[in-house]
Amino acid sequence: MEENKRIVKDCKVVIIGGSAGSLQALLQILPFIENPISFAIVIVVHRKNSDEQTLEALLALKANIVVKEVEDKVALKSGFIYIAPSNYHLLFERNETLSLDTSEKINYSRPSIDVSFESAAEIYGSSLIGILLSGSNSDGTLGMKAIEQAGGITVVQNPVSAEMSFMPNNAILHSQPDYILKTEEILEFINGINKETT
Amino acid sequence: MIEDIELEALINDVYEYYGFDFGSYSRASLKRRVSRVFYLDGFKHFHEFLSKVRTDPDYCKRMIDEITVNVTEMFRDPSFYLVLRNEILPLLGTKPFIRIWHAGCSTGEEVYSMAIMLKELGLLHKSILYATDINAAVLETAKSGIFPLRMIKDYADNYRDSGGQQDFSDYYIANYGFAKFSEELSEKMVFSQHNLVSDTSFNEFDLILCRNVLIYFDNNLQKRVVNLFDDSLAVLGFLALGTKETIKYSISQTKYKQFEREKIWRKIKE
Ligand SMILES: C[S@@+](CC[C@H](N)C(=O)[O-])C[C@H]1O[C@@H](n2cnc3c(N)ncnc32)[C@H](O)[C@@H]1O
Repeated sequence: MEENKRIVKDCKVVIIGGSAGSLQALLQILPFIENPISFAIVIVVHRKNSDEQTLEALLALKANIVVKEVEDKVALKSGFIYIAPSNYHLLFERNETLSLDTSEKINYSRPSIDVSFESAAEIYGSSLIGILLSGSNSDGTLGMKAIEQAGGITVVQNPVSAEMSFMPNNAILHSQPDYILKTEEILEFINGINKETT
Repeated sequence: MIEDIELEALINDVYEYYGFDFGSYSRASLKRRVSRVFYLDGFKHFHEFLSKVRTDPDYCKRMIDEITVNVTEMFRDPSFYLVLRNEILPLLGTKPFIRIWHAGCSTGEEVYSMAIMLKELGLLHKSILYATDINAAVLETAKSGIFPLRMIKDYADNYRDSGGQQDFSDYYIANYGFAKFSEELSEKMVFSQHNLVSDTSFNEFDLILCRNVLIYFDNNLQKRVVNLFDDSLAVLGFLALGTKETIKYSISQTKYKQFEREKIWRKIKE
């Protein structure tokens, strides 16, 4: 592990994926991220259609970074959090906007973590960090591989600290994550992004 | 995934050979869709795929049908339909005729949902529903009014959540895994192929629905299409978009008034 750790200094986007059990982790991370941030945070989590507004509302309440509502073609700007709306896949465009797509579910999911991670990897390459949290589905693994291949950095929540270990385990098994971190270490990691290391 | 330059080559050829212009489609989604057909149809090299598209019009048609995203539902977003049922349609009901356009209707679930509401409000007899799409194959399904039975339970739930109080099963006959919707509903529907990229306005409407279509277009094309709707909308008519779409960047906001917090805008002046 140690030798493949790379210092992150030109990160533009941190994309976080998760499913069952990821909300707890997000609530332990987002409220404690040091404001302002020099990158954008994009969150792609599985949820029921009925939770539509509640996730945005909850995270907006808890996070001290502004949560922007994601509508089709919104500009993706550093300093903000964006949350993938339910029932749409979230995609990244070359002109740094977000776009939406209602095509078939992938891994029984829309939004699918793989779809967003792959799309972000194409646009942001080595300026992208992907973080995969708790879940009981294999979504996210291919996305992590895509980020890896595009030169970005991948972080998996340590399965021992994840409420549901299947999703992080699956990614560890099938890709080479740069970091495997416990929830509080993920927070520390995010707070260190784009900062000089001493 | 195919490469960006390959996608641009395909866009050029499809336009040059067949006149269909995908140049203003959102690239991220289009690229995924084209890659999907490319692998689905077993191609190994992009130039083979490209020459097949160029030389075989039937294949090009198939490719276009496959790259458009046709996923739809009856009463998709029940809260939207609830507002149509309780507020918008009663307003339109005071007119002698109601002309509705479903632009990008896909397989027609949205159009049948509308017909059911109009019927329950006693307005169907004086309504006409134009339903258009670029994809000819989905229009055939829409005309038939036959939808997979496995979806019906979700649709019945959506129907109830959107204010429906009848027995939903009265509207269709179930047979061999399919539900065929009553012809009484389709009597007032007119289906035809229409391309929002290149075709013009063909009538004046009181309500235009174009839901989950603009997300596939870039800002310039969205602007063109919203202006096409503006040309096709009577004063005091309504334009309804998908839950994550807006006309904000496309047309002067002094002409349109958003209806409460819905993705519904009323044209308030010519
Ligand atoms: C996701 S479906 C939306 C169906 C329905 N309105 C709904 O919201 O459930 C998008 C539809 O737009 C159609 N479409 C795409 N490009 C078009 C164009 N240039 N002109 C007309 N229709 C188009 C597609 O063929 C597809 O059926």
